[in-house]
Amino acid sequence: MTHEGGGGLIVDAEVRRGDFMLAVKLAAAPGQVLGVLGPNGAGKSTLLSAAAGLTPVTAGHITLAGQVMDDADTGTFVEASGRPVGFVFQNYRLFPHLTVAENVAFSPRARGQGKRAARSAASYWLDRLRLTDLADRKPGQLSGGQAQRVALARALAGQPALLLLDEPLSALDAGTRLDVQAELKRHLADFTGPCLLVTHDPLEALVLADQLIVLEGGRIVQEGTPAHIARQPATDYVAKLVGLNLYAGHADGSHVALTGGGAFVIPDQGQHGDVLVAVRPSAIVVSSQRPQSSSARNTWQARIAGLTLLADRVRLDLDGQPPVLADVTPAAVAELSLDSGSQVWLTVKATDLEVYTYAERQPA
Amino acid sequence: MVTRAAPSRLTARERARRAARGGASRSVPAPLLVPAVIAVGFLVLPLAGLLIRAPWGSLGAALSGSDATQALTLSLWTASASTAISLVIGMPLAWVLARSSFPGQRLLRALVTLPLVLPPVVGGVALLLAFGRTGFIGRYLDSWFGLTIPFTPIAVVMAETFVAMPFLIITVEGALRSADQGFEEAAATLGAKRMTVFRRITVPMVAPSLGAGAVLCWARALGEFGATVTFAGSFPGQTETMPIAVYYALENDPDAAIALSLVLLLVSIVVLVSLREHWLRGGSAP
Repeated sequence: MTHEGGGGLIVDAEVRRGDFMLAVKLAAAPGQVLGVLGPNGAGKSTLLSAAAGLTPVTAGHITLAGQVMDDADTGTFVEASGRPVGFVFQNYRLFPHLTVAENVAFSPRARGQGKRAARSAASYWLDRLRLTDLADRKPGQLSGGQAQRVALARALAGQPALLLLDEPLSALDAGTRLDVQAELKRHLADFTGPCLLVTHDPLEALVLADQLIVLEGGRIVQEGTPAHIARQPATDYVAKLVGLNLYAGHADGSHVALTGGGAFVIPDQGQHGDVLVAVRPSAIVVSSQRPQSSSARNTWQARIAGLTLLADRVRLDLDGQPPVLADVTPAAVAELSLDSGSQVWLTVKATDLEVYTYAERQPA
Repeated sequence: MVTRAAPSRLTARERARRAARGGASRSVPAPLLVPAVIAVGFLVLPLAGLLIRAPWGSLGAALSGSDATQALTLSLWTASASTAISLVIGMPLAWVLARSSFPGQRLLRALVTLPLVLPPVVGGVALLLAFGRTGFIGRYLDSWFGLTIPFTPIAVVMAETFVAMPFLIITVEGALRSADQGFEEAAATLGAKRMTVFRRITVPMVAPSLGAGAVLCWARALGEFGATVTFAGSFPGQTETMPIAVYYALENDPDAAIALSLVLLLVSIVVLVSLREHWLRGGSAP
């Protein structure tokens, strides 16, 4: 990850809240969208609160564009109202008693501009986000996508040096989501400062973020490009999100003994030691009888514990050594008369196994 | 032994009504119905009596008597003044109670709401002991500024404020507690300092409750009797408010007393209707 003092954001801090502790070390360069992916309660919102100055850090420091925003050691703390930060909240938090134009003009006004200057700043952002026609509406009269644009315009109108987005698309219905997401991506590309984007939706993270960190239980468990994390997830949580089977095991040449039971044959690349193995559900071949001759190197028996119909395929939840999720076509389910409790044989080619090492990040 | 109820008759109309409601019988058992009817009678009959006994023909004359007009005018402006004072100093106190934390806060809240349950006469006595000519504050007001408060219109406003302000405070404090503080956080991230947040976000968001609290406060101030008569006395034109005028008129001019009572009843109904509107909307901003 690039460490740039210039216009970037550096967080190296702990925030303690009762029993929960967030301990992160991250840097976001100007123009970079840093995605923060994690389950509920992982500390994503706490991270944004700390960056915005709504929550002081209990140890460490936060620096933005070379200026210390918060430092537990020296006691420096810049109040939220004094930070050059734009925050798009999960449910937008548009002021219900103000019009769209007044909402967008709020920040320039609060940051000391005169009424006319604030209004013209607002009209610039209303125009850029195609909101001019809605200027006189109240937030209650907006659709979800419109409200999202107003929230973005309101945050940007304060000319922030850092943009914080908390689940920016989660309040939208599936229909408008993709459109709004595409538009958000364009606006994020125009933003010159660093941007922290919190989400629990992997697709959103993959599409919008340049770099990703995965937060679990208050700690960063993985970081890298979205493509890297999607291909080689480090934890079950991410593997589930991106729809991969993930196993921890011990490699010894072409043989991997899995921690949870079972074994895989892998292409021998001289790997020794602890590894992770990721398998796509569609790479698993399901047969009702033991395959006689096959080039696949891995064959094992399993029992079907559940079937779920996805858009165009059926996902089988299989109990075996190892347990696995496998995708088959609805036609295959009918042909092989697959049902809960059926015994089946599974095969997977060694070349369909993604084997990688992963050193768990120790907290600083 | 299990006793079974004998089947009762259910008319077609009653069947249709119950089916439409989708519920069981709604008939009220007699042991509940009788006391309930007595309660209704007790609450409504006296007011009906007031309407029946009202000298409708000479109502205008009774109200235009100089005493009545003076009392009405005095009551209206003192109640309005005490409401204004309550807004100016009570709203900030409500904010302090709802949004900050400090040692002794619970005790302070109890003290502030005490006048709600305190007999108003006791409030009047307390005011007299504090601000009276020999009171521990009044003595200095008198000797330093030559200011005498008791038995003046200022005393009326003070007595009314003392009794009525807690209504505004608890209404607004409740609204502030239940208001979504996320909007204030959002305002802070947009660069608004605390006072700007208060002025541009907090106050407008609790405006409906502020209105309701002000109406309650005003109604309570308008009806104030005990504290006022104790601390301010009953000088016509000076400190004799409507309730006090009603009380004294009852002895020598019952028609005027009834007419004044009708005016107060009308005001109460208007207050009730305006609050009902507020409560029906749920007390939140649109």
